Amino acid sequence: MLEINCPYCGKRAQKEFTYAGDAGAERPNLETGTNQDWFEFVYLRNNPRGLHDELWHHSAGCRRLIKVRRDVVTHEIIDTGAPSDSLSTGAS
Amino acid sequence: MNHQPFRKPTGGNIDRSQPLTFTFDGKVYQGYSGDTLASALMANGVKLLARSFKYHRPRGLTGYGVEESNVLVQLRTGARSEPNIPATQVELYEGLVAESQNRWPSLHFDIGAVNSKLSGLFPSGFYYKTFMWPAKFWPFYEHAIRHIAGMGKSPTLEDPDSYAHNYRHCDVLIAGGGPAGLMAALSAGQSGARVILCDENADFGGMLRGRRDTIRGKPGPEWVADTAARLAAMKNVRLLRRTTAAGYYDHNLIVLDERVADHKATPENHEPRHRIWHVRAKEVVLATGSIERPLVFADNDRPGVMLTSAAQAYANAHGALAGRRAVIFTNNASAYAAAADLKAAGIEVQAIVDLRDSLEAPELKIAANANIGVLNRHVVVAAHGAKSVHSVTVMPVDSNTTPVGEAQEILCDVVCLSGGWTPSVHLFSQSRGKLCYDETLSAFVPDKSFQRERSAGACQGAFQLDACLHEGAKAGAQAAVAAGFATTAADVPRCSADAVVKPRLLWAIPAPDHLHGGKQFVDLQNDVTAADVGLAYQEGYHSVEHLKRYTTLGMGTDQGRTSNVNGLAIMAGHRAEAITAVGTTTFRQPFTPIPMGAVAGLNAHDHVAPVRTTPLHHWHESLGSPFAPTGQWLRAQGYPKDGETLEQATMREAKHVREKVGIVDVSTLGKIDVQGPDALEFLNRVYINSFSNLAVGKCRYGVMLREDGLVDDDGVVTRLAENRYMITTTTTHASAVMNRLEYLLDVDWPSLNVHLLSVTDDWSGIAIAGPHSRTVLTKVTSADLSNSAVPFMGYAEIDIDGVPVRLFRISFSGELAYEINMAPNATRTVWDALLKAGANQEIIPYGLEAMNVLRIEKGHVVGGELNGRTTADGLGFGKMISTKKAFVGKVPARRAGLTRDDIHQLVGLVPTDEKTRIPRGAQLIADPKATKPVAMQGEVTSQCMSPNLGHPIALALLNGGRARHGETLKAHSPITGQTVTVTVTNPIFIDPQGERLRG
Ligand SMILES: [Zn+2]
Repeated sequence: MLEINCPYCGKRAQKEFTYAGDAGAERPNLETGTNQDWFEFVYLRNNPRGLHDELWHHSAGCRRLIKVRRDVVTHEIIDTGAPSDSLSTGAS
Repeated sequence: MNHQPFRKPTGGNIDRSQPLTFTFDGKVYQGYSGDTLASALMANGVKLLARSFKYHRPRGLTGYGVEESNVLVQLRTGARSEPNIPATQVELYEGLVAESQNRWPSLHFDIGAVNSKLSGLFPSGFYYKTFMWPAKFWPFYEHAIRHIAGMGKSPTLEDPDSYAHNYRHCDVLIAGGGPAGLMAALSAGQSGARVILCDENADFGGMLRGRRDTIRGKPGPEWVADTAARLAAMKNVRLLRRTTAAGYYDHNLIVLDERVADHKATPENHEPRHRIWHVRAKEVVLATGSIERPLVFADNDRPGVMLTSAAQAYANAHGALAGRRAVIFTNNASAYAAAADLKAAGIEVQAIVDLRDSLEAPELKIAANANIGVLNRHVVVAAHGAKSVHSVTVMPVDSNTTPVGEAQEILCDVVCLSGGWTPSVHLFSQSRGKLCYDETLSAFVPDKSFQRERSAGACQGAFQLDACLHEGAKAGAQAAVAAGFATTAADVPRCSADAVVKPRLLWAIPAPDHLHGGKQFVDLQNDVTAADVGLAYQEGYHSVEHLKRYTTLGMGTDQGRTSNVNGLAIMAGHRAEAITAVGTTTFRQPFTPIPMGAVAGLNAHDHVAPVRTTPLHHWHESLGSPFAPTGQWLRAQGYPKDGETLEQATMREAKHVREKVGIVDVSTLGKIDVQGPDALEFLNRVYINSFSNLAVGKCRYGVMLREDGLVDDDGVVTRLAENRYMITTTTTHASAVMNRLEYLLDVDWPSLNVHLLSVTDDWSGIAIAGPHSRTVLTKVTSADLSNSAVPFMGYAEIDIDGVPVRLFRISFSGELAYEINMAPNATRTVWDALLKAGANQEIIPYGLEAMNVLRIEKGHVVGGELNGRTTADGLGFGKMISTKKAFVGKVPARRAGLTRDDIHQLVGLVPTDEKTRIPRGAQLIADPKATKPVAMQGEVTSQCMSPNLGHPIALALLNGGRARHGETLKAHSPITGQTVTVTVTNPIFIDPQGERLRG
């Protein structure tokens, strides 16, 4: 079970969170998004080996959505932040 | 009864002043405090303790601890009965009752032993081969196999015990309290770090419990007791005995299983039976020790054949003797000290049979001092005896380790095996650490760590006591430093020297032809032989994972602790490859079995999920209403009276509401308070319809789509103030809708200044419906409720019997109706006030079922229709869809596949005979007699008997249904087999113009 650093609450056990999808999926603009844009947003996801940005809902905590940069091979969490934050690449 | 023929008069860590009585297979025996069931049985001379899994061969003890593969017992009786418990892991208590398993009618006369004669039927993969043809007989075979091949029996009564879960953080967790673990705890403990030290046994000490090492000139167990006392005095150190580190998970989460009360007849003082610890450790020290390996030769499973270290530990720690005459068979030096211990304990050691060519001085000295004869360059090729071993055949081996020359038979009733040692790398491997194969030790040892852990002592191949102490001290200090504490290794005490383990390898001892090849068991628990491994190889199952599945090698409760290395080494031999190329199977959690009750903890029975009840729950109960679970909620279904069935009550209630007036508890509806300057913009983006012209004090029905354009949920939006709205959701979707709205605000539209709060529990709800509802309401409030003051879809904040309430003029039933929201603790006041005030109007309470009938009569959609596969237009909301604004799901909803004329559209159904109920979930088809597959045109989503129309009705989703009113179809239920002829109608059966609700 992961330990996730909520930027609002601090380190918490994974069981407080609900996975909320791919943070890299870009929502089309509500006004200008085309059918193709929406198709890609709704149905297509990358499945990268290695670093992946994902959203987690701190559903049993502060109820905020957070962005988590996780290595999906090692489960190492490189950085966390608000959904709009740009996260560290871990290459420090 | 007190006679224990195989018990030494003195010695061992048992209390002879505390005898304990126990029962095994119905026979009463006596042991002592400090015994395990295994040691007590041994002291009583009971050797035949089990029958094997497949062949039902007689079996006895092979191990001392978790490695025991044969003697699994059914422990306790009745509701506390538990199968498959290794006798070595059971601490003796007064009155203990155990039974052997896998035999019928008794251990000594077991019908299943005929399998041994039929063993040709049970080669590797026998499940897949022998019984697969003809296929239709498989159920018969399966039944028969399960009867004879099973282990113990699951208890059938409810578990009377409780289980707890505990969550902890610590700086250093140490798994294993042998010499390495204890030293690690001293080092880490003195640094001030928060330390948890756990050990699976009743007390610390590990290997020291069963040997005669000395530390600081004193016996090992004395040093262990001193050290444990020192650690117990440190406030930052927590000692957990009887606690197995069972699983190593991501981010240094280690799950411990503490057997709080398994050493007692029953838990006392409300203590849990087990306690599961979820420990998040900054750093971990693994000091999990090692397990001796058996040697593989013909009939090596006879009772009396056991691990050398086990016989040694029984003698030293319990004064229990495995027999009178022993032969030691070893391939390494570690067995010599054990042999001397056995001799000292009073067992006659006939010979040490040693596979190795040349022996070294230390072990020769031990043998000479103990006056034990050594046969080096010899092997045991076969054991003899049935229910107990009585002799072995020993032969010399040549330089290729092939048995050659003259065989001799040696009489013995114990055969002690030492095939080297296997480090317990389970936790390390679970932590995703990489193993490497050590040729000298012929064992897999930790190579590269993956998480923040380090191994110390025997679990990484340092088998000597001195090395264990030093490595432990160092690892404990390293872990503390890594966790941020300044410290150095604790002082390491001087200890006695012990042998260096360098096994000479011969993985399966070939049996000479004249012995007619008795079975050479690799895995005793699963009855897997060296020949089975060979067969798996022959049939192409070369990888270790395939080998495991095909032969069942390494499965079961012992998970191949003693068999894995031998098995994969034999496979490596067939493949003519190095063991390291063959690799090892994955080590999975848990290390030893954990009872399901412990896994569940408190989440059992009613506590699996919270039950939500409304403020009126007890009132509903007092009227005898049954309850329907709706998500986590319990909703009152109706109020049968005077012997009515629920169905009859439902009909009465639904009719009464249309004719007069009724009230219903609607507290379970989801409610979300939406506030902020951008609240309107937010709502416009999430609903298909616009709220721009919704005035303060007005309500409007709204529908939300998902991102893919299908309908998500519906509800009512009320504008409470300029920048404040309350929206309702369906009962079951409430939390999903809340999650999605929070997601949209946080992730996609962070610039919108809107705040959401779930207020489902803050506002309870009562709906009052029926032609007299206004009349009744007027009696309990002074507020003006006229059509002009509170019109249909109007909102007002009024006062009922002194309670401030929110009043919504909305209607789910299609009648003149209001919904009242109030503080939960005022609900009963309002409910009672309405019932009292409505007496003259014959007001009644109605339940969920009547409410459902009323909404079906009105064609309102709920869960069955909002099924995640319907479009807004298909459900009849086409006119609501705004063309002026953008909203979630708008673009995808326009996809061709969702806008065709022939997609599912909501319709009503009436049986053409106006009598037959339409089966729930029925498929709509043209002709049930047509050649299959029959095209499905639609499905029935809701159905009821309509008391107001006098015949059954249903709602259905039908391909292009709106244009098909008047058509006749068949509603066929594949579940009940029923077919009903139905006519397609408008889904709104009552008052399609909606005049009543505006009345
Ligand atoms: Zn949080």
